[in-house]
Amino acid sequence: MSRLPDQPGELINRLNVIRFTFDGKPVEAYEGDTVGSALYAAGRRTFSRSFKYHRRRGLLCCAGQCPNCIVAVDGAPGVRACTEPVREGMKVEHLNAQPGLDLDVMRATDLVGTKFTPPGFYYKTFIRPRKLWPVYEKVLRHAAGLGVLREEQPEREWRTEYRRRHADVLVIGGGAAGQQAAAAAAQSGDDVVLVDEGPRPIEPIAGVEILARASALGYFDGMVPVWQGDTLHQIRARRHVFATGAIEQPLVFAGNDLPGVMLSGGAVRLTQLYAVSPGTRAVVATTSDRGLEAAATLHDAGVQIVAVADLRTERTAAARRLAERGIEVLIDHTILAATGGKAVQSAVLGPNGVEGASVEKTFGCDLVVVSGGFAPATSLLLQAGATTRYDTARGSFVLDELPPNVTAVGDVAGGEPGGEADPVAVPPPVSGAGHGKCFACLCEDVTAKDIHLSVEEGYDSIELCKRYTTVTMGPCQGRMCQLPAVRLMAQETGQSLEQVGTTTARPPWVSVPMGILAGRPFEPAKRSSIHGRHRELGANVKWAGDWRRAYDYGDPQAEALAVHRAAGLIDVSTLGKLLVRGPESGEFLDRLYPNRFSDLKPGRIRYGVISSDAGRIVDDGTICRIDDDTFYVTTTSSGAGAVEEWFSWWLADWRMDVQLTDLTQGLSAVNLAGPRAREILSELTDLDCSPEAFKYLDGKQARIAGVSCLILRIGFVGEVGYEIHCAAAYGEHLWDALMRAGADKGIRPFGLEPQRILRLQKMHILVGQDTDSESTPFGAAMSWIVKLDKEQDFIGKWALEHYADEEPATRLVGFTLGNGHVPTEGAVILDGLGDPAGQVTSARFSPVLDRVIGMAWVPSPLARDGSQVTISDEGRTLEAHIQTKPFYDPDGEVLRS
Amino acid sequence: MSFLLTCPNCGVREVTDFGYGGEISARPKSRPTLRELGEYNYFRRNRAGVQREWWFHRSGCRAWFIAERDTATNEVLLTELPAEPGEGGAA
Repeated sequence: MSRLPDQPGELINRLNVIRFTFDGKPVEAYEGDTVGSALYAAGRRTFSRSFKYHRRRGLLCCAGQCPNCIVAVDGAPGVRACTEPVREGMKVEHLNAQPGLDLDVMRATDLVGTKFTPPGFYYKTFIRPRKLWPVYEKVLRHAAGLGVLREEQPEREWRTEYRRRHADVLVIGGGAAGQQAAAAAAQSGDDVVLVDEGPRPIEPIAGVEILARASALGYFDGMVPVWQGDTLHQIRARRHVFATGAIEQPLVFAGNDLPGVMLSGGAVRLTQLYAVSPGTRAVVATTSDRGLEAAATLHDAGVQIVAVADLRTERTAAARRLAERGIEVLIDHTILAATGGKAVQSAVLGPNGVEGASVEKTFGCDLVVVSGGFAPATSLLLQAGATTRYDTARGSFVLDELPPNVTAVGDVAGGEPGGEADPVAVPPPVSGAGHGKCFACLCEDVTAKDIHLSVEEGYDSIELCKRYTTVTMGPCQGRMCQLPAVRLMAQETGQSLEQVGTTTARPPWVSVPMGILAGRPFEPAKRSSIHGRHRELGANVKWAGDWRRAYDYGDPQAEALAVHRAAGLIDVSTLGKLLVRGPESGEFLDRLYPNRFSDLKPGRIRYGVISSDAGRIVDDGTICRIDDDTFYVTTTSSGAGAVEEWFSWWLADWRMDVQLTDLTQGLSAVNLAGPRAREILSELTDLDCSPEAFKYLDGKQARIAGVSCLILRIGFVGEVGYEIHCAAAYGEHLWDALMRAGADKGIRPFGLEPQRILRLQKMHILVGQDTDSESTPFGAAMSWIVKLDKEQDFIGKWALEHYADEEPATRLVGFTLGNGHVPTEGAVILDGLGDPAGQVTSARFSPVLDRVIGMAWVPSPLARDGSQVTISDEGRTLEAHIQTKPFYDPDGEVLRS
Repeated sequence: MSFLLTCPNCGVREVTDFGYGGEISARPKSRPTLRELGEYNYFRRNRAGVQREWWFHRSGCRAWFIAERDTATNEVLLTELPAEPGEGGAA
């Protein structure tokens, strides 16, 4: 480790050595170092390879502003070495270079491939022959981007949090101006939050919450997301103070991207904060006193200043002070080129505006310090609604108008530098173009010549140029390239900078990991109150919407057969359950459903399909009238939430005398079905369960195993069945009682998969599986449910009136297959010409029927019993026979028995 | 998008608490023509300015209410429970 002697204000603690690795090799650092300062101290000059040409890039800004030092830390790409604090044992790796940072084969794109890679090259060079595009695409996708995400991410390895913070005042930027503004606001009694991303600690300020090492990402209608470590603070304030400072600008000259070319601020930060000498022999090129002051600082630290070029025509006091040290300042001079192999070896200076070997001077050096003036960091302000204008004297875009409750203080508002005290010269858009590539944009490898080409090809506004060349679109978000690109555009188009304008400022202002935006990993899972029993029974548990459900208990076919031969028990607690009460309940349901419910007798059940006002099927379920004013409505499991919202929306609009209560989570439900279901139920209740007393579609309230239940005699699975609803707390007790009572009668628990086989045998549709957003009750063979003669203009009536007169293009029917192959759900139905004309929605092997059955949407003319359709299933062609009545118990005799 | 909404029942909450029901499109009072029905079902004014719209307090009291919001600035001018029946619900 080579370090300078103690520097006043240095951030490192030389007593505490920290060890980490870079590309597997050990590196020693001091506490307080950044990865960048430690590597630089250890002699590293190349930190990354550029995006397109794979050129070497080194430290430039040392402030997290530029793209040059982006590395991966512990597997996470996109980390800026120059601001990332060192931690013991951290693993730092380079990005975008194969096989290694110091030998990168893709460098060929820079050496020989430049003419093949102009802006938009992937649409030019790689477009012909067209059939090779898939190959090109693979290569380009591999070459594109910086860094690779690990393919397997251990679950919840990195926990991130959201935090919402409401404040009176949010101050963004913790420099002198920001601290002052925060203190003043706190003194007047405001609740203040101060956000700062810098490396220097901020002394506590009374009444101010300081978020240090935190970055404001954007401005969204008054909410500012701030990334700090593992937390995304969402800060909403009444007033915003922007103290975001100004960003030192690079100069555009040949080789301006070579390692060793450093902004004056970067060189000074390395020296003063980390006691690392940025070089031994330096050439300085500047447009203001900033560069001259940096030269003095470096000189103090023992760096030999070989030459200084000042673009201004007047010799300032700072220049005279340098002269006193014996450092000559070349007035009205600028830098034309930096040359070297792995790093800068020499710099070419010349008088401004004059080029040619006779006037150019070459200096050997290992450091080029540049300062191209300052651009106020206005991006967040622009996002908040501020406007900027071009200031000719300062040579940059400065704030013009501010929205209400927004103030700007400090450098962003146009304070020092660039004021009266430090006159600044406006640099030429590019100098030394004859010497080699001059980069306007380091992130995306856009050269001055690329901007020229963009204009030549017609992309002559800054917004078009941005999209074509991707200038300003890289990780620096325009910090280093916006102003140079605008200057080049002005030169190429002959417009003023004011006319060219700037690109729209958009979030995020700072590169941010996606995990921070995603927040805490959160995957809600619902489990029924009986779920523990399913696990004990060895159920195969899978996701079904938000629910964890038992798909089967090991043998779906045998479970389905048990329902036919003895009895089965399934947990259907996931059904949506709504209680609709009030004198107008019947009228309310008549308006919501295409069929009638006001004439349903208490104690009876009716099936209902909800349609939208466009006449499309939305959901289905059963409705039981409990008494004159009370209906118990069940919905599909996945539609429960949406139906409740739908009901309450119309209720809010119609304002009827109806109360809606969602009982979905409060009640458990099981379906006991099969030829011995009646016997089992009778053992546990005093209720008369005889077929005469408890008919199909009766709903009764009774005690079962001591628990108050609502029992619905319905037949989703096609056998005599009782859907029993009770308070969730007693769900497990009810399940146990039924299983015990059925033990000697062959009862088996059955899961979702056997239920799907059983319901398919009955052609009972699953909304969303057999229907989609285009399906109408007419097409789905449920014309009988639409009561167009109802007096109410029920939801969907007008559309359904229209569809009633039209033959639908396709209809939902059943089919059987001979050869035992179960077609994929979604397999295509072909018409007579072999064109796609429908699709298979469900298909299963039915053990009781011993054949493959299914449902499909087929062209209406084919939707007749006995017709044949062709199914195309992943290359296989199958002939299916259409059937319109249920496959099992077509006349419902079993169901009603 | 990020702003605060005042639920008429619960008070001020983050917009992420709510579900958006879209601009209010009045349901026809009597049988519409096919064209009117199509407009009601599928067309929206998509106004850049103040519009009346439905919101649902999904993570709160689960009530539907009406807001007047400037869609250009996300300034919410008022929120209220619907006063009269028939403003026009879920389309």
